[in-house]
Amino acid sequence: MAMAVRVYLLLFVFLSSAIVSFSLYEDQVGLMDWHQRYIGKVKHAVFHTQKTGRKRVIVSTEENVVASLDLRRGEIFWRHVLGTKDAIDGVDIALGKYVITLSSQGSMLRAWNLPDGQMVWETSLHSAQQSKSLLSVPINLKVDKDYPILVFGGGYLHAVSAVDGEVLWKKDFTAEGFEVQRVLQPPESSIIYVLGFLHSSEAVVYQIDSKTGEVVAQKSMVFPGGFSGEISSVSSDKVVVLDSTRSILVTIGFLDGDISFQKTRISELVEDSGNAEILSPLLSNMLAVKVNKRTIFVRVGGNGKLEVVDSLSDETAMSDSLPVADDQVAFASVHHEGSKIHLMVKLVDDLDNVLLRESIQMDQHRGRVHKVFINNYIKTDRSNGFRALIVMEDHSLLLLQQGAIVWSREEGLASVTDVTTAELPVEKDGVSVAKVEHTLVDWLKGHMLKLKGSLLLASPEDVVAIQEMRMKSSGRNKLTRDHNGFRKLFIALTRAGKLFALHTGDGRIVWSMLLTSPSNSEACARPSGISLYQWQVPHHHAMDENPSVLVVGRCGSDSSAPAVLSFVDVYTGKEISSSDIAHSVVQVMPLPFTDSTEQRLHLIADTDGHVHLYPKTSEALSIFQREFQNVYWYTVEGDDGIIRGHAMKSSCAGETADEYCFTTRELWTVVFPSESEKIISTLTRKPNEVVHTQAKVSTDQDVLYKYVSRNLLFVATVSPKGAGEIGSVTPEESALVVYLIDTITGRILHRLSHQGCQGPVHAVFSENWVVYHYFNLRAHKYEVTVVEIYDQSRAENKNVWKLILGKHNLTAPISSYSRPEMLTKSQSYFFSQSVKTIAVTSTAKGITSKQLLIGTMGDQILALDKRFVDPRRTLNPSQAEKEEGIIPLTDSLPIIPQSYITHSLKVEGLRGIVTAPSKLESTTHVFAYGVDLFYTRLAPSKTYDSLTDDFSYALLLITIVALVAAIYITWVLSEKKELSEKWR
Amino acid sequence: MAPILRSTSLIALLVFQISLFFFVSTLPISSGSEDSYTITGRVRIPASTAIGHAAKFSNIKVVLNGGQNITFLRPDGYFTFHKVPAGTHLIEVYALGFFFSPVRVDVSARHHGKVQATLTETRRSLTELVLEPLRADQYYEMREPFNVMAILKSPMGLMVGFMVVVVFLMPKLMENIDPEEMKRTQEELRNQGVPSLSSLLPASR
Repeated sequence: MAMAVRVYLLLFVFLSSAIVSFSLYEDQVGLMDWHQRYIGKVKHAVFHTQKTGRKRVIVSTEENVVASLDLRRGEIFWRHVLGTKDAIDGVDIALGKYVITLSSQGSMLRAWNLPDGQMVWETSLHSAQQSKSLLSVPINLKVDKDYPILVFGGGYLHAVSAVDGEVLWKKDFTAEGFEVQRVLQPPESSIIYVLGFLHSSEAVVYQIDSKTGEVVAQKSMVFPGGFSGEISSVSSDKVVVLDSTRSILVTIGFLDGDISFQKTRISELVEDSGNAEILSPLLSNMLAVKVNKRTIFVRVGGNGKLEVVDSLSDETAMSDSLPVADDQVAFASVHHEGSKIHLMVKLVDDLDNVLLRESIQMDQHRGRVHKVFINNYIKTDRSNGFRALIVMEDHSLLLLQQGAIVWSREEGLASVTDVTTAELPVEKDGVSVAKVEHTLVDWLKGHMLKLKGSLLLASPEDVVAIQEMRMKSSGRNKLTRDHNGFRKLFIALTRAGKLFALHTGDGRIVWSMLLTSPSNSEACARPSGISLYQWQVPHHHAMDENPSVLVVGRCGSDSSAPAVLSFVDVYTGKEISSSDIAHSVVQVMPLPFTDSTEQRLHLIADTDGHVHLYPKTSEALSIFQREFQNVYWYTVEGDDGIIRGHAMKSSCAGETADEYCFTTRELWTVVFPSESEKIISTLTRKPNEVVHTQAKVSTDQDVLYKYVSRNLLFVATVSPKGAGEIGSVTPEESALVVYLIDTITGRILHRLSHQGCQGPVHAVFSENWVVYHYFNLRAHKYEVTVVEIYDQSRAENKNVWKLILGKHNLTAPISSYSRPEMLTKSQSYFFSQSVKTIAVTSTAKGITSKQLLIGTMGDQILALDKRFVDPRRTLNPSQAEKEEGIIPLTDSLPIIPQSYITHSLKVEGLRGIVTAPSKLESTTHVFAYGVDLFYTRLAPSKTYDSLTDDFSYALLLITIVALVAAIYITWVLSEKKELSEKWR
Repeated sequence: MAPILRSTSLIALLVFQISLFFFVSTLPISSGSEDSYTITGRVRIPASTAIGHAAKFSNIKVVLNGGQNITFLRPDGYFTFHKVPAGTHLIEVYALGFFFSPVRVDVSARHHGKVQATLTETRRSLTELVLEPLRADQYYEMREPFNVMAILKSPMGLMVGFMVVVVFLMPKLMENIDPEEMKRTQEELRNQGVPSLSSLLPASR
């Protein structure tokens, strides 16, 4: 027995002495992982379709991405993700070779090389105040003349050279409070007309010399009614704007610097007038106004007279106008009709002359058309052809050409807000989804190839064949459950309120569904997605039911806005039911109870302090009533620095309340002193995490019991001064304090303060430990600290006799109300990178050792073994500790390049990492989302419970054959020898 | 671990050698109004390295204070942060395939935005804000080239090797054995009815 233990120990030492890091061979890329690149919802698009060179479209998006897309296939040529505070205000092409972007409220101007996206120059512009920003790039550029780029933002008008980004001149408008609305650069003229409003009641026109920036002339005129809303410039000397009551259209003419007003009541134009809204497109001599859900087109006559020429019902999206041949200007409009969309391109001068009319079948889960951008090309018969780039309500981007969708991009996936996992359906008997195995010869051939590959004897063609075989192999893209749980669905909810199911095998979209409000009211036509919960995970007695998820959506950005609940079948992607709920949603709490159909009970807290039970069935109610006394929860009021604990009190009173509504009482409050501490981060354990063992045996045969409680809350606070950015505070002024709070009693179990440190804090909480990342101002480095919590009250249970005689407290019920004796251990290390998010791997039984997944500022994900953040690390571990696998203490955590799970890829704009266990204990799924999506499968301690894909069955087979042959030969030889012996 | 260390040291040597090729003096410049300054620096990456990552400037991000500002490199490798207040800041460079040390940058208000820079990893202070990678990162494990020894050392190789030994060396050994003793053993075995093949095995004793 002792021998066996020793052998086991030796084996363990042998296994653990090698530091297992995630590592990948280059030819294994794409076998277990996939990566998808996105850009986000397009805000601006500029086409670049000159005869020479590749046809491309430059887009800027709401995810602060500027990108160049291939117009033929929709692929990304290049892309740059700007900082989170660097929102793009405008994009254009200058000099035919530079992409100009204006960002940060008009204070940052950058030029990118059109073919490869290299930044050419960058200019920071003066800005003194918040104002709208405007980018004006001269259109007809001649090579010999350098017209400046005009930028208005932050109260200044800048003229910037397009060649090198030098500021030629700037004009300060901050003193007057002048808001520039339009900048006109008439061709062949050195005078620039700048039209703007002063305190939105006075129109001012400046004439500025484009060479020097001097004001040549200035005219102003007061409009008593005041202006509001969008401005529409209809010609080179006229703009139309709404007055402050939104019922009068004001035509402002500024011919040669003279200002004239002309008022037209909207009620004179259309009968049912209401609040009007000018649609922003730039149309020449034409104006689009939205009144009462109708879009009317108003022509502006030469003398400023307005007349209605056309009106469209339904919501219509329109493009800017586009010059086509013969001095004509066209524009595109898209409207819905049933499941089709109609694209029309008309001439502005002659609305009856429809240049193009196309109807395209559109998936209704894309919603309405939000934006249209058009571009023309000359067909072979010298007529004009048009292509239209449209942005749909679900943020997807489509290119329409010749009545068909040429390509589409699911850009909604760039703004994932929540992710959950779901199982695939079980494979039914007799229904084989895909036949995987072929004949034995093929199988052998394949394995011979693999063998060649692993012996590095393969020729390049063989390598290609192997790669292809691997990609297709093992039916990894089947739509059924597999033995190891490698095939799964990741359900992602996007900000646009669309739900996507992604297959782990290749990342394809299995189904998608746009969230809609069931009542379809005006106020809540399109709810935005907030969070996702596992609603029904059938496994025992409800196997016939399909699993479903609960989607919580909200009708506005405010947290008190009414919410929408939707229940979606995971297998089919169909909505089972949905409901508008009368109350708001502040917090959704899955309870650890399920009803007879395995529906999980959820509590939803609203802004009034009531909680509502879902599903609204009597069965759920009876289950909940049974556990009424044991339901607790907490709220964090970050701004006030208060954490409150609540318990159930009674049913709601009042006429609106139903029996599923409950009132609550406050149990405890933790108030942080507002002058010295501000909450910056709170975190709990994942509720579905599995802990394999509570005991931890240390080297000297001592047992430590992990304090594993689901009710622990990690809170990090900093001094109010240190809540800002790095560099805004000195080490003496800032301190970081972390707490571990029991959420049932409000008891502070542990407090740790770090002087001279500040946030942001990124933390991960698993089992009995917390790891958090923060900035140390004294050392001016990032630091990572680990805190492990052990239960001392059980430490006495070591004596075997006590265990046998039953004098232990292991079976005593664990209650938060019993006073725990805690032992905490902590240790800190330096870390050399900024961090965006941290996650931890999770496996089915929790036996496999854990890895931290650190999403760095460089948008890579680093897998760091938990053994590197172990408070028991010492400088010189003893022999016994070394055998246990304790790594000698170093002052900083290592960054091993091979342990980047994203290898040579980046998950641009990384926001979150989700891990989910597979059925195989050694393996875990990792899904990272940001602007890009990335998925891989990890085995933190290598795949000890299965053969790897690399395992060479052919070599095994050859060896067996060789052995059998050898046995036969020796047998024959020995027979012969025996015979000859006998003859002798 | 061993192959990692070997490759990094090799690459580091290469980096060092190549980065000697030219050296343009760039003083940390900063200018600006009373309380906000400009930090200008330069990233220099060795022209080519042993690994396949093309050192493209268009993929490099320079990050100020953990994401407060993000900027990109110009074709000549220069970067600029505008409107930086006086104080102590942190600049990080993120380039695929390279590891850069974060840089602590002190912008002095007294000396009109004079910049002092220190690498936080090596605690080396920089006279000018020229940032070079500490090491080149190799994200993939290298395949070991075909090796006869590795095959032989594998369990299957050992099995085959043992078989070879049995097949070819055993008859040689048998020859040296005294034929009388051999006969006796064989008779013994025959009486027990053991297959003749296994009769070879005790002979090897």
